[in-house]
Amino acid sequence: MSPATSRQVMPLSLAGSLAADPEAAPRQKVLIRNVDFFYGTFKALKNVTMPLHDKRVTAFIGPSGCGKSTLLRVLNRIYELYPGQRAGGEVIIDGENILSPRVDLNLLRARIGMVFQKPTPFPMSIYDNIAFGIRLYEKVPHHELDDRVESALRRAALWDEVKDKLRQSGLGLSGGQQQRLCIARAVAVRPEILLLDEPASALDPLSTQRIEELIAELKADYCIAIVTHNMQQAARSSDYTAFMYLGELIEFDETERIFTRPKQKHTEDYITGRFG
Amino acid sequence: MGVYRRRRLVNRMVMGLAVAATAFGLLWLVLVLWTLIENGVAAITRALFSQMTPPPGSAGGLLNAIFGSVVMTLIATLIGTPTGILAGTFLAEYSRGGRFGEVVRFINDILLSAPSIIVGLFVYEIMVVKMGHFSAWAGAVALAIIVIPVVVRTTEDMLNLVPNALREAASALGSPKWKVIVMVSYRAAIQGMVTGVMLAVARIAGETAPLLFTALNNQFWSTNMNGPMANLPVVIFQFAMSPYADWQVLAWGGALLITITVLLLNIGARALASWGTFKQ
Repeated sequence: MSPATSRQVMPLSLAGSLAADPEAAPRQKVLIRNVDFFYGTFKALKNVTMPLHDKRVTAFIGPSGCGKSTLLRVLNRIYELYPGQRAGGEVIIDGENILSPRVDLNLLRARIGMVFQKPTPFPMSIYDNIAFGIRLYEKVPHHELDDRVESALRRAALWDEVKDKLRQSGLGLSGGQQQRLCIARAVAVRPEILLLDEPASALDPLSTQRIEELIAELKADYCIAIVTHNMQQAARSSDYTAFMYLGELIEFDETERIFTRPKQKHTEDYITGRFG
Repeated sequence: MGVYRRRRLVNRMVMGLAVAATAFGLLWLVLVLWTLIENGVAAITRALFSQMTPPPGSAGGLLNAIFGSVVMTLIATLIGTPTGILAGTFLAEYSRGGRFGEVVRFINDILLSAPSIIVGLFVYEIMVVKMGHFSAWAGAVALAIIVIPVVVRTTEDMLNLVPNALREAASALGSPKWKVIVMVSYRAAIQGMVTGVMLAVARIAGETAPLLFTALNNQFWSTNMNGPMANLPVVIFQFAMSPYADWQVLAWGGALLITITVLLLNIGARALASWGTFKQ
């Protein structure tokens, strides 16, 4: 691994939890229960129920339009930016139903990081890209902010490439670097959950590999959900896999089982490439 | 044979027509500029910028008119820009798909293409008649009414060009909406928005009709916003229509001055826009 990863930030929030013992029994972080979703009158999710575990990676797979990205967008209610989109059912995070109208959306989203398919650096400097999220909720003294920015960039394995040009525009980075910048930005606010919406689909194989390595490392501290079209990626980097089709959750299980002996014929057909 | 030869021939014909049309359009522009320079350059003297508009038959300049134009354009921009930017922001960021937004956009488009003389008459009716006299304030308000729809339109268009993914990314960090707009959308659209404001300023710099009914004119130096104030377009109008040769020369000079200012504003706007894309 790169030397950057040897100096890590402290594990996040969740006091008392063991620092990433892969053998420890997984703790359920999120419970998606009977979730429906509507784009206007079109029903895009049908009664989906599944858990997400802490310090584990859960992959959502399925053909285009199956609702996997939609499900991800329910978890931080980002869909509410658009009128006409609504969700039903419950999403319970640490015992609290976050679909309740009483939940403060901004506070909720501050707890949940999200990375999108296309890199979305803000039109500001690399430093400000990272500091943006931190400044939203914390009053951090200058030198500490510098440290926070550095550690976030280190976590995203980007520090060595950008440490001499922190004041330059984030738009000047390559696609792969921009995506790692976005991951750093999401990590910098110390969220509990990371949502990755096809984070590597717009990247070349090398950048993809870096992102996957990154996911493997971040897993130690976060509950991660990743949407991917890439079957190998799901098999390589996730612990659990959910296979979705036409808005329904067809099968949810440990990744190993999904890819070796799925219970549903439908799942098997998809992962072996017989349809989809 | 036929097909390829014919395509090449048609291509050449269409291309020839397009080039000819472009040249025809440019010809008039060049002629206008040339006439202005030919007649106006003689009037661009130090006196033009240091002396008041003269009575017929004596020497003078356009200082009071230049001052009046600058002041009224400035005030109109100060009124029109924030209003226009906020309204454009409402249309692009808050009223997505809303009925009220549709209505506002439609009315704004009408205002955008409304003849400026109607704006002048409107302000004449609501300000000049009520106050009982012409005033620079009325002139500035009339110009502001012309600025607003231009800025609303460009602001909305530029904000619509900002990808939604950026807004989602900022919202996903827990940013409240106003912060998403100020910190991300505005930053992404700032060059286009500034360009829009500069184009609006260029537009009002030469408007005559709205000032004819509002600020009117003034032979003398005046800084009183409550009284009539000299301004370039109306002075040009008055002097150019007069039978006096020295007034006509001054009118040419003023026309050249406005044209050069507008040209510089446009070049500035373009430079700003390309500087923005270069930076990215």
